[in-house]
Amino acid sequence: MPITESDIEKIAQLAHLEITEEEKRAFTPQIAEIVAYVEQLNELDTKDVEPAAGGLTPEGEATDSSRDDIARPSLGQELALDQAPDPASGHFRVPKVL
Amino acid sequence: MTTPLSQIEALRVKLADGTSTAHAIASTAVDNAEKLNEQLNAFLEIDRAGALLLATELDDSPDAGQVLRGIPIAIKDNICVRGLQASCGSRVLGPYHPPYNATAVDRLSAAGAIIVGKTNCDEFAMGSSNENSAFGPVRNPWDTTRVPGGSSGGSAVAVATGIVPVALGSETGGSVRQPAALCGIVGLKPTYGRISRYGLVAFASSLDQIGIFGRSARDIAMVLSVVAGRDPNDSTTADVAVPDYEKDLSRDVKGIRIGVPRELFGEGLDDEVRTSVERAIESYRELGAEIVDIELPHSKYCIAVYYIIATAEASSNLARFDGVRYGFRAEEAPELRQMYRRTRDEGFGAEVKRRIMLGTYVLSSGYYEAYYRKAQQVRTLIKQDFQKAFEKCDAIATPTTPTTAFLLGEKTDDPLEMYLNDIYTCTANLAGIPGISLPCGLSQAGLPIGLQFVGNHWSEGTLLKLADAYDASHPFSARPSIKV
Repeated sequence: MPITESDIEKIAQLAHLEITEEEKRAFTPQIAEIVAYVEQLNELDTKDVEPAAGGLTPEGEATDSSRDDIARPSLGQELALDQAPDPASGHFRVPKVL
Repeated sequence: MTTPLSQIEALRVKLADGTSTAHAIASTAVDNAEKLNEQLNAFLEIDRAGALLLATELDDSPDAGQVLRGIPIAIKDNICVRGLQASCGSRVLGPYHPPYNATAVDRLSAAGAIIVGKTNCDEFAMGSSNENSAFGPVRNPWDTTRVPGGSSGGSAVAVATGIVPVALGSETGGSVRQPAALCGIVGLKPTYGRISRYGLVAFASSLDQIGIFGRSARDIAMVLSVVAGRDPNDSTTADVAVPDYEKDLSRDVKGIRIGVPRELFGEGLDDEVRTSVERAIESYRELGAEIVDIELPHSKYCIAVYYIIATAEASSNLARFDGVRYGFRAEEAPELRQMYRRTRDEGFGAEVKRRIMLGTYVLSSGYYEAYYRKAQQVRTLIKQDFQKAFEKCDAIATPTTPTTAFLLGEKTDDPLEMYLNDIYTCTANLAGIPGISLPCGLSQAGLPIGLQFVGNHWSEGTLLKLADAYDASHPFSARPSIKV
């Protein structure tokens, strides 16, 4: 099923992106072309193939990935807020939600 | 056989015999970075003050035997260095100044390396030409009308021009090997789990890996031994011993079996690249390696698999850039959701938006099975192809890229055409195996050509040995027209 401008609009909304009319017109044929290209995977019968879980090697999978649950110093409020666009009273301030 | 001095070794000699100081070396690197940036745009931030301060401290302190003592290095701008910016080539980060170091950066600092600056890259490492940086493209020092490759283009150029002997980049689908090939240097993408990614801004977590650029395999070997290894802050790092990669470089490739997938030397491959790579493979036979034919039947599907998995993971990883905790926030947004959307619209460039949307689409309800699950199944087939191939050979040789460096603007209007640049590199990321690109010749137009080896998990030593042996027997002495 080819991708339409209304699909692109819906996807942008899901992805929290506000795209312009111009972007919508440009992205629609580009994304449609890429999707058509990736659909070549349908040539392959993968009925009995396990999906890969990720990039881990067998050695990586065997490595205990948890570290000991020991309290360590954290960044602290001041440093954590240092890069915030709108810090206020020790918090991240955002525009109204409702 | 003479031993060509590595760039790091040459600096070490100068420091040891007193003909130079860490301050003089750092000062030269910073001067060169500033001077060449006008033409090449390789650096987004140059840390003159920090580099010179650290260099002075090193000169004033006794040599504690640190392996990279006084060696200048450049870091891609998606890897965190405390006190410096981390823009990831994006406006959405502000730029951000991270309050901590990446583990790889901590290890380099502990080894005495001096960070000269942060290098330009495609936005969030998404691109094969460095044209997707919000801060302008990097230019290829061999021909400034051409791209340096991407996404780690700035790091590649910093090394190719001789500003620094080594640099860190990152790879998700070829972003170290491809620019290394287009700039005539060596680039290594290690095994998934070899180098900690703590402090590397995530793009696609099942593929991302920090990589290393150098003018020689020997220099890369020295840096790899410093940065590799288990890190409690990155659960994907594996508990596998880190050898002394430099010491293990024997230059003897006798008996190493090199597999050649002939089907990948066909359609779409530039004739000059094919000839040069085939000649290089023949040279290995003369050095005593054994050349065997192998097959990688599912390689042709790698771009399709890659652009489903990478974009799906990116759409999730890049959800965090919302204008709340750091970086840029759009003004004139009285309501929260509107603020998210406008921040992301104004903050992200076109390619990042395209990939976020593609990733959102393939993960969306009703499409997940058809795209994402299918791609992960074909990823299994690609992994199995490699497992089978590595029963017959120790490393696989191919070109790194289908062509030499292309013109700026040549592929920007056709994303799919741009993606096909990664056809030889992205299988290694999908399979989690290491790969290296080394220069093996120049085209008629005087542009570098890259030879790629990929090997089984944890075979970095073999790949570096192969590259080092070629360096010794066929030294690549050509230099770009713009250099220090």
